[in-house]
Amino acid sequence: MSAWILLGIVIGCTVMGDLLSSFEMKRHGEIHDFRPRGLGRLLATLATKKFLIVSVFFMAISFFAFVKLLETADLSFAVPASAATIVFETILARLILKESVDSRRWWGVCLVALGVTLLAA
Amino acid sequence: MPPARLEWKTRLFAVIVILSNTLGNFFIARGMRGLAVPADSILHMLRAIFAPWVTLGIVLLILWLLSRMVLLSWADLSYVLPVTSLGYVANALMGHFFLGEHITLARWSGTLLIVAGTVLVGMGTHSARRDTP
Repeated sequence: MSAWILLGIVIGCTVMGDLLSSFEMKRHGEIHDFRPRGLGRLLATLATKKFLIVSVFFMAISFFAFVKLLETADLSFAVPASAATIVFETILARLILKESVDSRRWWGVCLVALGVTLLAA
Repeated sequence: MPPARLEWKTRLFAVIVILSNTLGNFFIARGMRGLAVPADSILHMLRAIFAPWVTLGIVLLILWLLSRMVLLSWADLSYVLPVTSLGYVANALMGHFFLGEHITLARWSGTLLIVAGTVLVGMGTHSARRDTP
């Protein structure tokens, strides 16, 4: 499978996984208890969240495609090129998750996107 | 939680996310390139996952996933993504210095742009805010 197809799978599945996990984690609320028992309870609770389960599924596909990509492509290409997700995710975070994205963040995201394009060139 | 403490917690988790991602990717790349047989089938892929370097990389990426989820529980996705993108730069540096990858001038320029973008985003706010529907 070509590097570009693998990269497309990585990007598509990462965007879906991140959006779903962010949505579910925000719905769950901020985590305060970092003691082992508290984290255990947290994992048990999160394991029942359907959007999080679907997001893990997408992340798993993304992960295996990424591992395969790392077998043949440069680390200095594969990892930065996968940052193309930032552009899609920021737009979708604004549109779907209704996050407030100020102009400074948009400019930062644009610079990151331009940088990623140059890195992948 | 007091704003100063939330700020400190956000930055700490951002560092954990960046380091675990960078080292995890590096160890997986190192392990995958050392395989005797290419991971072209599911069986070979499963075997590759249990190669020592790859396993270490996966453990670190699990740490990355968990720490990122915890960070996302209070910080905006549109903040977390660009800030943790410093990991992309760190990965390029690891590839260059430890895997002997040739990085062109365009890639180094891209690295500087990512750093600039990341600093710009990091100057913004961290906490979750929503537009009212």
